[in-house]
Amino acid sequence: MSLIEHRLPGAKSLERLRSQPLVWHLLLGVLAAAVLYLLTSSVSFYDNTIIAEIAWYAIAIAGLSVLTGGSGQISLGHGAFMAVGAYGAGLMMEHFRLPLVVPILVGIAAAALLGTVVGLPATRLRGPYLAGVTLALALAVQDLPTKFSSLFNGDSGIIVNQATPPGGVNPQRWLAWISLLAAILTMVVLANFMKSRFGRALKAVRDDDIAAQAAGLNPNRMRVLAFAVSAAAAGLAGGLEALWGGIVSPNSFSLFLSIQLLAGMVIGGAGTLIGAWWGALALVYVPQWTNSITSHLSSASTVTANLQNAVFGVLIIVIMMAAPSGIQGWLRAGYRRLRRRPSSLASALSPPLDLSSTSTPPERTSP
Amino acid sequence: MLEISELTVSYGPVAALSDVSFKAEEGSITAVLGANGAGKTTLLRALTGLVPVKKGSARWAGTELLGHRTEELVRLGVAHVPEGRGVVTELTVDENLRLGALWRKRAPDHGQLIEEVYGLFPALAERRRRPAATLSGGERQMLVIGRALVARPRLLLLDEPSLGLAPLVTLELMKTVRELTRRDGLTLLLVEQNAKSALSIADEAVVLNIGRVVLSGDPQTLAADDQLRHSYLGF
Amino acid sequence: MTLFIDLTLNGLSYGAIYAAVALGLVLIWRATRVINFAQGALATLTTYVAASLLDRSINSWVAFAAALVAGLVFGAVTERVFMRPLYGKPELNPVVVTIGLLILVESVAGAIWGSTDRGIAPPGGVSQSGIILGHTYLDFSAFDIFILGSVIVLMVLMLVLFRWTSLGLKMRASAFAPEVARLLGVRVGRILTVGWALATLAGALAGMLVAPLVFLSPNMMDPMLVYGFAAAVLGGLDSPVGALVGGILSGLGISYIGGYLGSSMETVGAALLLIAVLSIRPEGLFAAAKARRV
Repeated sequence: MSLIEHRLPGAKSLERLRSQPLVWHLLLGVLAAAVLYLLTSSVSFYDNTIIAEIAWYAIAIAGLSVLTGGSGQISLGHGAFMAVGAYGAGLMMEHFRLPLVVPILVGIAAAALLGTVVGLPATRLRGPYLAGVTLALALAVQDLPTKFSSLFNGDSGIIVNQATPPGGVNPQRWLAWISLLAAILTMVVLANFMKSRFGRALKAVRDDDIAAQAAGLNPNRMRVLAFAVSAAAAGLAGGLEALWGGIVSPNSFSLFLSIQLLAGMVIGGAGTLIGAWWGALALVYVPQWTNSITSHLSSASTVTANLQNAVFGVLIIVIMMAAPSGIQGWLRAGYRRLRRRPSSLASALSPPLDLSSTSTPPERTSP
Repeated sequence: MLEISELTVSYGPVAALSDVSFKAEEGSITAVLGANGAGKTTLLRALTGLVPVKKGSARWAGTELLGHRTEELVRLGVAHVPEGRGVVTELTVDENLRLGALWRKRAPDHGQLIEEVYGLFPALAERRRRPAATLSGGERQMLVIGRALVARPRLLLLDEPSLGLAPLVTLELMKTVRELTRRDGLTLLLVEQNAKSALSIADEAVVLNIGRVVLSGDPQTLAADDQLRHSYLGF
Repeated sequence: MTLFIDLTLNGLSYGAIYAAVALGLVLIWRATRVINFAQGALATLTTYVAASLLDRSINSWVAFAAALVAGLVFGAVTERVFMRPLYGKPELNPVVVTIGLLILVESVAGAIWGSTDRGIAPPGGVSQSGIILGHTYLDFSAFDIFILGSVIVLMVLMLVLFRWTSLGLKMRASAFAPEVARLLGVRVGRILTVGWALATLAGALAGMLVAPLVFLSPNMMDPMLVYGFAAAVLGGLDSPVGALVGGILSGLGISYIGGYLGSSMETVGAALLLIAVLSIRPEGLFAAAKARRV
């Protein structure tokens, strides 16, 4: 629906492809992987760590977005699930020498498990009540490493020995690859999840759970599953964050992280996977830009020390007021406007657009 | 006199009211009838500024009603009892009635007006300290009509007062409404889907269909017109 | 036994502060269905206002009152400037704006007054040292009594306002049935501004009460907001009485957990308690028994 449907010779077969979500999403994923391979090879090592950071932010935000967009639940504690994923993966890496994928999977499983446990009481909670519980969770998880200091090494955290890249690949580039691969896989899985029968049922539950119940769906089971999936994504992001940071400590998973994830989601556009990337870009680059600005300033130190957060706060406020559906929603609206009234420039540059299919794709040949 | 002319309201591309015009004499009861979705509720909501009006005018006693903010209309003597959700269930019966007098900064008579309502509806008097949520459907209608009276309106807009009420209760309510309008010389715009009961007390009737006035005139004639009854009024 | 008494008294005074924060959150939630995450940050700002007045050797009671007045003003401005354009937009948006405001206000406070902790004395030089009753020393000071007293006064004033004044009636009607209120001539927009102003005043009071116990810094109110929010959720977001009870219960609970199990268990215990209570009563202890409309 959101992609351009040109009347081109290959259009028919493209449409047939799109009617198969798994194949279509995999295809998009492979395409993205190819582009990103070229990207990671052409940028500096430092930029590769930035790419890795964007990737794990995007994974966490996408997970949160599926929860909010899919089932209408709000979590203020996704940092807690990231922490669980990071500690799960980190502890495995500290104590065992296993292929990298195993500790990451353990982290995901641990986060999904916590997500299910929290999701169970959360099925009965609405809006701010759920927000309150997840907020409390975010604080509690942050304090656990201090309480069980022997296992988690308290505030100093555990050192993550990074997996050595094969065949002399630069570690930063290796990290970027791993993170991007994970991000792309996550996007494919989540996109499929939302497009599946289950994802649609979830939306039905969100919009009217009594009607959904009448239609034979079990809203509670769906909410728990949505929570588990969302937490699993956060757990993966946590595992990657551990690799990226080289250390797992409570400070990395403060309440501020949870709030950042929520803000990133809404800035990008709640409920959309592409929006998760906009949000991730904003979370990574806005502080960088403000830092580079403050480094040129010579004003009072208290001002420069606080400028980064002030800009972040202003950005959140401005986007919420100017583009209520986030960056992705704003882009979509702009695209729709362009499509309805093709400007002379747009029509000169692109083939005629199909005006009849604003909401539903044109007739498909059934498979 | 209430004089509505060429009132037009649209929700996006859909016209909810198109060029609606009619007059209501001062002190009269005008029944506004029509099927579900004919635009009856929209008409009242347009008069009190709850939905934006595209064009048209509505003059009441020489003053233009349209263009005022909703909260100013009570100061022009207009009371609107919205459909179904007029009672503030979280407040007590007494507090609901007091809401009617809030708009007058100094309302020395509001206690007396509220007592008068209790006199009219003894069922409410018994429950004055109870939350309005505990009232029955008929009592809720008494409460919102009573509250409108406390606001001392000249023009009363009633939206589906019979909704969800048993036929006998409806009959009783209609009688009360008629007595009250006569007593205070109120002008009443009575929106009803239950055409039969509304026609029984109305002086004039206006029939809406898909946002347009299809008929207006004397209630008895309308009630006697079989074809009209079948096509628009459903009884 | 003395430990228990000390923990109880300590829990009461912190609980009163949580209750004031919770009350501010409840007032705004009831009227506008927004959780105001900026409330803590705004309260920090009002406390800084008082601190700057104290620096200019202005009478401490005047500074105290100035903080409360600043709360009224900041609340009204927040509603008018940041909230009003967002009513009717997706319901998450105003909430996220308050989060943005939280971050912005705290960094502005940091930019103006610096991020280092500073002490602030209780108004009128009220003593902060414990009292000796008979032969036992109680960890409960005159200032603790002042905390409890002022929160009780706040609660009583709010109760009187809501129950017995026409402004309170207008506020309740605007919160529960805005359209009906407008039809009866209530200027709902203005009432909402008043509601935000009063709610932020409650937060400002909490700020002035907690500042002498902890230290004044830009994020002084963060834990207060979190515990106040938990208290409001515990009591039921629609109930001012719930805010008071939820606040006191949270204060006591956190104090006992911290005292007997160690301070690192405070948040864990509080989270578990919150989950336990909400599992039984999903809309808090003082939820109105309301049938869900189908």
